[in-house]
Amino acid sequence: MEKADLYTHTSENLVEETCYHCGLPCDNTAIRYDSKSFCCNGCRAVYSILKEKDLCAYYKLPDAKGNSPDRSYYKGKYQYLDLPEIRQKVVSFSENGVTQVNWYIPSMHCSSCIWLLENLHKLHDGVTAALVDFPEKTVRISIRDEAIKLSGLAGLMSSVGYEPYISLNDLEGKKTSRFDRKRIYKIGIAGFAFGNIMFMGLSDYFTIIGSTGLGSETEAVFGALSILLSLPVFFYCSSDFFVSAWKAIKNRQLNIDAPIALAILVTFVRSLFEIASQTGSGYLDSMTGIVFFMLIGRYFQDKSYSLISFDRDYKSFFPVAVSVIKNGVDSQKQISEIEPGDRLRIRSNEMIPCDGRLISETAAIDYSFVSGESAPVIKTMNEQVYAGGKISGASIELEATKKVAQSYLTGLWNNDVFTQDRDEEESRLTSFINRYFTIAVFLAGSVSWICWAWAGDFKRGFDAMTTVWIIACPCALLLSDTFTNGNLLAIFRRNGLYLKNAHILEKLSGIKKVVFDKTGTLTLPDAAEVRFKGIPLTPAEKGMIAEVSKQSVHPLSRLIREFLERQAGETGVFSVSGLKQYKEQAGGGLEAVCGGVTVRLGSGRWVGETGAGEEETRTSRVYVAFAGMVRGFFEVESKYRDGLKETVRSLERDGIEACMLSGDRPTDMAFLSEVFGGEEKLSFSRTPQDKLDFVRQLQGSRKEAVMMLGDGLNDAGALMQSDVGVAVSDNINNFTPASDAILEGSRLKDIGAFVRLAVAGRRIVTGSFGISVIYNIVGLYFAVQGELEPVVAAILMPASSVSIILFTTLTSRLKARQLMKAKNL
Amino acid sequence: MSAIYILIAAGLAIAGGFLFVFLWAVRSGQFDDDITPSIRILFDDEEPADTPKNNSG
Repeated sequence: MEKADLYTHTSENLVEETCYHCGLPCDNTAIRYDSKSFCCNGCRAVYSILKEKDLCAYYKLPDAKGNSPDRSYYKGKYQYLDLPEIRQKVVSFSENGVTQVNWYIPSMHCSSCIWLLENLHKLHDGVTAALVDFPEKTVRISIRDEAIKLSGLAGLMSSVGYEPYISLNDLEGKKTSRFDRKRIYKIGIAGFAFGNIMFMGLSDYFTIIGSTGLGSETEAVFGALSILLSLPVFFYCSSDFFVSAWKAIKNRQLNIDAPIALAILVTFVRSLFEIASQTGSGYLDSMTGIVFFMLIGRYFQDKSYSLISFDRDYKSFFPVAVSVIKNGVDSQKQISEIEPGDRLRIRSNEMIPCDGRLISETAAIDYSFVSGESAPVIKTMNEQVYAGGKISGASIELEATKKVAQSYLTGLWNNDVFTQDRDEEESRLTSFINRYFTIAVFLAGSVSWICWAWAGDFKRGFDAMTTVWIIACPCALLLSDTFTNGNLLAIFRRNGLYLKNAHILEKLSGIKKVVFDKTGTLTLPDAAEVRFKGIPLTPAEKGMIAEVSKQSVHPLSRLIREFLERQAGETGVFSVSGLKQYKEQAGGGLEAVCGGVTVRLGSGRWVGETGAGEEETRTSRVYVAFAGMVRGFFEVESKYRDGLKETVRSLERDGIEACMLSGDRPTDMAFLSEVFGGEEKLSFSRTPQDKLDFVRQLQGSRKEAVMMLGDGLNDAGALMQSDVGVAVSDNINNFTPASDAILEGSRLKDIGAFVRLAVAGRRIVTGSFGISVIYNIVGLYFAVQGELEPVVAAILMPASSVSIILFTTLTSRLKARQLMKAKNL
Repeated sequence: MSAIYILIAAGLAIAGGFLFVFLWAVRSGQFDDDITPSIRILFDDEEPADTPKNNSG
């Protein structure tokens, strides 16, 4: 009895039961093991591994939520890692039998992950050490070569739910490090110089109040020390601004760094001149302060960028290597080396890397990622198969007809939109400043010089001009931009929208049209509603259908089986045995003899149903027949996310047009036209290229800002073409097509609020621009007279910076609370 | 007035010392990952942890 308990699907008290390993609800199919419940065999397997190695302390950690191991894992999946040329690319170093790798683990998500990964040495003797970098989601592992191979290590990690992600991009050496230590050095040095120069300037600040009585000798020493301290700030810390300004000027453009670089340069030169000629104490404190604050602002903004990779092309989705059959022997080959004529073996759940000709008899290929079509395509021998499809069902063999880079799917990446460099674009506000602000500052300085020169006071004119250039430095503006953006990026991230960079924020605020993809974006990827229509089935018949559908890997069979098991959870347990003569007809259905009765599941034609006009059905139907008698059909309907209608309405209230673009065949017209307010808003059966063109057409000649929300490779072109391409994903660790932003599927309904918050963000920046203009006018009032006391500069500069940081932080938080809390249930 | 020179020198030396320590800390990688160590410190170690403390790299 005890043993039978292990895998029986029990039916009592399961409502609140959660999986001991991953913490997810067990639905009605809990697996009992070691007097604990598990949601699936994967979780149970991880538990037994941990228990065996005495690592159950894992479950005592406060937020332990384990990962279920990858279901598509199979023995030998990582064999390619042992190929010398691949191995050499994935290891950090390898010497004297010790190898170190630094692998990216997308499924790492909580503190217990760190604990388990860092205890990897307890799972296998060959692992000597493991060190996690949580923000980067990487783990550095040292192994002894004689005890464990790289493929073994990857398999070991997969078996406990931490599959390493190894992509072609890594192999090609395109690694980007988020972290730049130089920037922190610069902040430290600038802060040090700023503090100490201000310290020495203190005596000077009080001279307006009363004489400090410092002798000129002391002043000279202080001046010399200030210059000494400001040298590293001028030559090292502010080098970024000069480099960036110089680059822009070389391209005959002006950027925001240009006036900043001008201000820094003028302040420094004038301060040197004043101190050397003993005519004043200079503005070195203000200069170092400006640099210090601006460096902090940039650091803050960079830090709030998400660590998710946005620039994925097809290479990130494709396997690194596939099995090639040569003379009857399987061997691994890097996919870039596949030549036409190679015989490939593609296993279940693996992706077809290149176009080819099918050698196996049949293959069920899931092209949902490429075309958006949710039902798998059945191909038979000698048919052409295209790259990008995932194999569902048994493994297949095919003969490559094209190289990977020349395949149909990868050809999409040759479109122009993928080669344009989008990162260089500047935001409109900043480009406005660049165009007019810099010129205005230049003119104001020159005019005040001319005025003084007219009056015959050249010296004062020179003073006035330089002071204007110093005081008009748009550092406060830069700060308001960086801090507002940094804050908003962080707020968006907390709410499930991950933006690639701050430019996207501004684009988001100008959105006029929103295009939704259907499959995977509007629908839930793994859920479907199943209904049975026809003569009611007895429990025994349900058990038979469940048993037959268990034999097939077709997604519809899986959904039906799950549906029946859910139902059975309430009434009892299936007890069916004796399944015979099972066969599966590609494009037709299943047949088996169960308890002496022939059971058929499948299309209307397959079961002999004549009345069904299959062209008209908007849902997938699976007919059931017992002994040739049709009993009815299961209706499988894709399930839509909640609140779609409200989402579209809220966008429309803001004057944003919404429409839908699908690669799928027309389904659920009634529901969708209600959501989008009319059938003319819906487009079906679009190829990836059609989608790209559709977005381009929407943008039109007026260049209206279009946001595209999609999830698959079939949307990749449209995502790139749109102004804001948002990849929707239910697990942000999953790999999404190249995009400007990644949105958690559950937050799709909040898209209107996100846009509104982005608009509010623009207003905040404009508001803080107003504040900085007030400061600038006050400063300019002194400056044009050529009388800017260092103390005024030293007060104005930090005061404006701090007040702008406070203003933007407070207002953006407040606005976010208003907009997001209302939605936050 | 010589007192002020001594004080300035001492002040600069102390501040410079801190700057040096800061730069050294950044260089040794202590600022590369500011999240994991804060979590790691909360784990109970039933046996002496033998993960390396070496962060540089």
